[in-house]
Amino acid sequence: MEILAKQINIENVRKDFPILTRLVHNRPLIYLDSCATSQKPSVVVNSIKSFYENNNANIHRGIHKLAEEATLMYEEAHQKVADFINADFEEIIFTKNTTESLNLLAYSLLNNLKENDEILVSQMEHHSNIVPWQQLAKIKKLKLNFINIDKEGKLDLQHLKKLLNKKTKIVSVTHISNILGTINPVKEIAKIVHENSSLLIVDCAQSVPHIKINVKILDMDFLVFSGHKMCGPTGIGVLYGKKHLLENMAPFLYGGDMIREVTFKDTNFNNLPWKFEAGTPQIAEGIALGTAVDYLNHLGMENIENYEKELTNYLYKKLSEQKDIKIYGPKNRASLISFNLGNIHPHDVAAILDSEGIAIRAGHMCAMPLVREVLKEPALCRVSLYFYNTKEEIDKFILALDKVRRTFKQ
Amino acid sequence: MTEIIDKNYAGEGIYRENILDHYMHPQNFGRLEKFDFQFREFNPLCGDEETVQIKVENNIIKDIKFFGKGCAISMAASSMLFSEVKNKTLDDAEKITKENVFELLSVPISPVRVKCACLPLEALRRVINQYRGEKINISDKKIC
Repeated sequence: MEILAKQINIENVRKDFPILTRLVHNRPLIYLDSCATSQKPSVVVNSIKSFYENNNANIHRGIHKLAEEATLMYEEAHQKVADFINADFEEIIFTKNTTESLNLLAYSLLNNLKENDEILVSQMEHHSNIVPWQQLAKIKKLKLNFINIDKEGKLDLQHLKKLLNKKTKIVSVTHISNILGTINPVKEIAKIVHENSSLLIVDCAQSVPHIKINVKILDMDFLVFSGHKMCGPTGIGVLYGKKHLLENMAPFLYGGDMIREVTFKDTNFNNLPWKFEAGTPQIAEGIALGTAVDYLNHLGMENIENYEKELTNYLYKKLSEQKDIKIYGPKNRASLISFNLGNIHPHDVAAILDSEGIAIRAGHMCAMPLVREVLKEPALCRVSLYFYNTKEEIDKFILALDKVRRTFKQ
Repeated sequence: MTEIIDKNYAGEGIYRENILDHYMHPQNFGRLEKFDFQFREFNPLCGDEETVQIKVENNIIKDIKFFGKGCAISMAASSMLFSEVKNKTLDDAEKITKENVFELLSVPISPVRVKCACLPLEALRRVINQYRGEKINISDKKIC
C-alpha cells in the first residue's frame, strides 16, 4: 500500500490494483469507466479471501469464537463507514446497493404519505432515483414532480423553490450527476427543503467515492451510496439516515436479525441499525467495504479530490480543444465527462476505443429521461476517472479518438 | 495478467467499407406513404431505436422501410436485412435467423454487439406477428 499521505503517489497507487496491469486486445488496459464501478485494490480482494478462510460464521447468533469474530468485524465495518461520513453507528444501514437503499426509503417512507402528497426529484436523476418513486406514486396516488436543470446542466434552485409546497413531503436529488458531472449544492438544497419541512434524500453514489462527505455539515436527512464504486466489492450498499427519523420508520424487509422478540401474534423490532438489516447480510462484502474505507482514508480523501481535479481539468481542456466534440454539463464538474464525437454513434466510438484497450461507457447511463428528453440525444459517450488514472492515459484516449475519426472518415 | 485471446475479435475491422456504406447510405430508409403495420423496436442498452413499416400483398412483403437512430452495426443490418426480405413471402421472411443476419453483415459480431445486429430482425418478426394478428409473447419471441 502506498505510504506517502500528502499527495497521491500514482506509481505506488497503481501497484495496488492488479487489474491495471492486464492487457485488453493486446494493449495495456486504460480503464475510464469508474463511474460504473471502480477497480479493487488487493487489500479489498484479500479481505474477502481472508474472512472466508479465517473467520467465516454467521453474525449476531451463536456464541462460538468464529461467530464472535465475524460479528465484531461486521459491526466494525459499520463503524468505519459511519466515521467516514461523520455519522453515528446506528445511522448506518448496509444494503445491497444504492438502488436497494432508495427502495428501502421509498417503501418505508411512503407508508406515512397520503393521497396527493408530493415527491420531488430532479431531471438529472439515475433511474434508481426515479422508478421507485414513480411506481409507488402510482399505487399510492401521490404526485411526482421533476426539478428542472438549466442550460448549463445545473439544478435550477428557483424551480425547486417554486415546486415546493405544503404537500411536498420528500425531495430526493443526486449529489453528483453521473451524466453531466454537475455537483449539486447539497447544503443549500437542504436549507431550502427543510424550510419547507420536507425530507431531503441525497444520492451520493457518485460523490462518496470522490469527495469528503460530512453529513453533519451537509445536513441531508438520508444519504445513499454503493460500495463497489469506492473500491469495495459489489453487493454492498449503504443507507445513512438521521437517527430520530430511522427510529420512527417502518422496516423495509422482515425476517431474522431485524427482530427483538417474536410471538405467534406479534413482533418487536430490533434496535438500529439492525431493524433495517433483515436476514443474513452480505458479511464478507460488508467487511471488505470497511477495508475499502481504510484504503481511501489511507490515501486521504482530500488528496484523492485534488488529484482528480487536476486530471479532470486536463481531460476537459484536451476534449474541449477538439472541434467535433460536444461536451454535456458544466465546466466546474466532478471527474467525469459525457460527450459526443461528431455524429458517430457512441456505441461505435466505444467499440473502436475498446480495440485500443480503452474502456469507456456508451449509452444512456441509466438516465434515459435526461439523455433523451432533456439533452435530446439517443446516447452519449462517457469517460469517468478515478485516482488511479493518469494524464498519460488521457493522452492515449485523446489520440485514440483519431482512430475513431479515421474509421468513420471524419 | 495475460489476456485470453478471442480469435474472432476483429476490433475496428468490423467497420468494413461495406458496413460503412450501408450505415452512411442505408437502403429502405425513410417512411412508407401507405403501410399495413409498423413496429417500433428499442434497444435499451445503447438507446438505439428503429421503426419498421411493411406493406403486404398476397402474403408477400411488397415494400418495407425503416427509420430511427442506431449505431453502424444496427443501421447496416437494417439496410441489408430489409433489402433481403423485400418481395419475399412472410413465411420466408420469418425463417431468417440471427445467423443469417451475421452472414449478411459478413463481419465477426462480438457478444456485446449481438443486440445491435439483431435489432432489425427483432423488429421484423414483431411487425410480421402484428400483421398476422398473433398474440405476441415477448419473452418467447426474443431472439437474443
